[in-house]
Amino acid sequence: MSIVFVLIPVTLVLVGFGIWAFFWAVRTGQFEELDSAAWEILVDEPVAKVPGKRKPETG
Amino acid sequence: MPETPTDCFHCGEPLAGRAVVWAHLHDSDVAVCCPGCRAAAQLIAQFGLEDFYRFRTAPSVRPREDAAEWLAYDDPKLQGGLTRAESNGRSVVLLIDGITCAACSWLIGRSLQTLDGAVQASVNTATGRARIHWDDRKVALSQLLQLIADLGYRPHIVAADSADSADARARAERRAILQRLAVAGLGMMQVMMFAVAMYVGEAQGMEATIRSYLRAVSMLVATPVMLYGGWPFFMGAYNALRMRSITMDVPVTLGLMLAFGASVFNTWRHAGEVYFDSVTMFIFFLTVARYVEMMARHRSTSVTDSLSRIMPVTAHRLRPGDLGDAVSDVAVAELAVGDRLLVRAGEVVPADGEVTHGRTSVDESMLTGEPLPVDRGCGDRLAAGTLNAGEPVHLRVTAIGTSTVLAGIIALLHRAQAERPRIARAADRMASRFLACVLLIAALVCVFWSVADPARAFAATLAVLVVACPCAFSLATLVAVASANAALARRGVLVTNQDAIESLAKATRVVFDKTGTLTSGSPAVTECTTSGAVPESDCWRIAAALESASEHPIARAFGARAAAVSPARDVRVVARDVRVVAGAGIEGSLGGTRYRIGTPAFVAAARPGAPPAGAMPPQGAAEGLLRDDGAIVLGTATGELARFTIGDLPRVESARAVSALQALGLGTEILSGDAQCAVQRLAAHCGIKDFAARQSPGDKLQRVRELTSRGEFIAMVGDGINDAPVLGGSGVSIVMSRGSALALASADLILVGDSLQALPAAFALARRAKRVIRQNLTWAAGYNLSAMPLAALGLIPPWLAAIGMSLSSIAVVLNSLRLMRGAASPADHSKAVAVPPRPLVSKSLLGSSLP
Repeated sequence: MSIVFVLIPVTLVLVGFGIWAFFWAVRTGQFEELDSAAWEILVDEPVAKVPGKRKPETG
Repeated sequence: MPETPTDCFHCGEPLAGRAVVWAHLHDSDVAVCCPGCRAAAQLIAQFGLEDFYRFRTAPSVRPREDAAEWLAYDDPKLQGGLTRAESNGRSVVLLIDGITCAACSWLIGRSLQTLDGAVQASVNTATGRARIHWDDRKVALSQLLQLIADLGYRPHIVAADSADSADARARAERRAILQRLAVAGLGMMQVMMFAVAMYVGEAQGMEATIRSYLRAVSMLVATPVMLYGGWPFFMGAYNALRMRSITMDVPVTLGLMLAFGASVFNTWRHAGEVYFDSVTMFIFFLTVARYVEMMARHRSTSVTDSLSRIMPVTAHRLRPGDLGDAVSDVAVAELAVGDRLLVRAGEVVPADGEVTHGRTSVDESMLTGEPLPVDRGCGDRLAAGTLNAGEPVHLRVTAIGTSTVLAGIIALLHRAQAERPRIARAADRMASRFLACVLLIAALVCVFWSVADPARAFAATLAVLVVACPCAFSLATLVAVASANAALARRGVLVTNQDAIESLAKATRVVFDKTGTLTSGSPAVTECTTSGAVPESDCWRIAAALESASEHPIARAFGARAAAVSPARDVRVVARDVRVVAGAGIEGSLGGTRYRIGTPAFVAAARPGAPPAGAMPPQGAAEGLLRDDGAIVLGTATGELARFTIGDLPRVESARAVSALQALGLGTEILSGDAQCAVQRLAAHCGIKDFAARQSPGDKLQRVRELTSRGEFIAMVGDGINDAPVLGGSGVSIVMSRGSALALASADLILVGDSLQALPAAFALARRAKRVIRQNLTWAAGYNLSAMPLAALGLIPPWLAAIGMSLSSIAVVLNSLRLMRGAASPADHSKAVAVPPRPLVSKSLLGSSLP
């Protein structure tokens, strides 16, 4: 049973990493607009590659 | 393409009765309803973006035909206040009308990218806002705006400062709540797993070290959930207590703190029970509820958005030049009192002012609720935000910015909203009483054990408080409100305020606005009485032929009605030598006879011997006729042929909905800005006894306050800008989805289908929800109170407490879910009105509801 003394801290570290990743995703604006992203993959070819397309500015 | 398409390819409106226009796409021709739709469809094809039509989930909005001037926006001085300088160009925030689904956002984004120099466009489908970043050396702002307009949408510029602050606030709120949700959700899952291990261990036997270890780990995970996830509730409770009121946050906070505190204490002393699983689960569910509520709130329009929809950004200023007046386009923000402006036909008046030249008819319906345009000439006042529906006029500015009538209404709205919590938030009385009981019992237990056996005092007191942990108790309200909201949404009623269900159930009186709420809101020809000389159908045809020369709303009403009345709609007659006299009527020849249609005075002036048309009574009289009588006369030189009554037709469902509300025991009343007799007629039609006419926004608010002070709880139903303050000041506000954006911003509930039909059912459902909440609370309180003495004596083993707690919560949830059942089939109280099931609300609906 003493394996839990190792495994539980490991899971907690993983959970911590998950939360950090989610915070990062929220901060970089990935949850700002949830409608069009899922939809965009339906469309075959992009019109043109636009240089400088980045995440929206924060603040 | 099918042989005979029935609906427009672009906007989906039926083609029946219209001349079909064909649009040429790459490999096929499609039928559309109007040149606007054709232009939009062809432009989309030209960009190679026809996929838009395959993937959109809602038909597009029909493009408006009036061409807007975008060139004015290229003026650098004007752009200064509206746009923002960026590292490689400028950025602007637009509010785009007509975005109905995600495909629209995609279409706009892609089309803009085809312009060289449009760096980036991010369009939010839910709010209709777009932030566009462009290189001002390569492309002009007017080109971007023109392109969006050509696609069939309508962009409004939101001034940079207000856009940024409102946007930033909404974004910060959304981000914070998402992060809290993640912490609470992941934390809850971990703690649950440990809890299962501990329950199993309890049954099978577990080493004390492992048990203590699991408890310590649970505490480690639950602490950030408690502190970070629970923070908004603690702050809410703190603020409520500081304001000397009790909101739901107070019992929630107290419950959380007691459960968490007891668990920490028990973990520390390695004995007793821990409730980390309940604490985290509770925080997670509460945060989910907050998130859902916030999304609904962000979707409904903000006051800033509504103002930028109403008010124009530019004005045409007149300055004396060498050849008379010179016109230059300036920002409305730059205007000063005393400036002279040109207001063209179809434009919104940019500032309060006095007409100095010309005469026109003005649509003031948004400010006064008056459905018919009123006649305005030299010396008359125009209010900012009203629509010039007639001819171009010159205006001398008398008030700008915050001193305009419109700004006054908005200030009134803010005040009314600020005063509201005191009326509406008395809801948590029961919760606080229950809580007071628990505290009292805990205190008694503490005192008893201190005397009987001091060693057990603390443990027993904590046991009482923890058994009373309002888990089922808080779920009782939460789940019931959530399922009632879902059931309402299915019926076409969108809830934007969590207290709305509670308030709706409490309402004792429903107060209606008239125009646009009980009536359809656009003028219609209601009656025709002929003098007998010419058959009625001919009168209609003559009238329609004459009126087709004018774009006045009344004239359009004639066209619509004549098409419906006249059986042979193909045989349209065309009048010749038509002359339009603004504010009086129209004259024209048909089959050799000279006809006049318009005010009685205008028609009477055609008779030989009558005073010439120039000596007609001043506009005051004509306006009075239109207002109080609404009569339009058709005549020739020999006399009158027919008299038409103009009015605002009641909605088909109004009378039924009102009687169903009365059957529910609700009082009904009309408060309208319109004339006495029109209101009286409508009140009689709907069976409403109490009504008041000619009410200003302030009068309406006054009346509702008076009723409230008499102990009534008011539900206000409205749609216009003039209703906004009274909507904000009533107990619960309900707004038609086509209502003005300002009214929508102050709505608790929105009638999505733009129909009153769902209203009685909504009240009935709210009352059922209230009953279910009461049952849940009684059950939860009963369970807690009966378990408490046993817990106080230390007689409940942990596994039994866990099962009891879960069963109690499940019972409450199942009871609440009963509200969802029967949502699609109108039953019980709402028998008088048949409510068809509506599809779930699409988020674009609010984006497309224009003032």
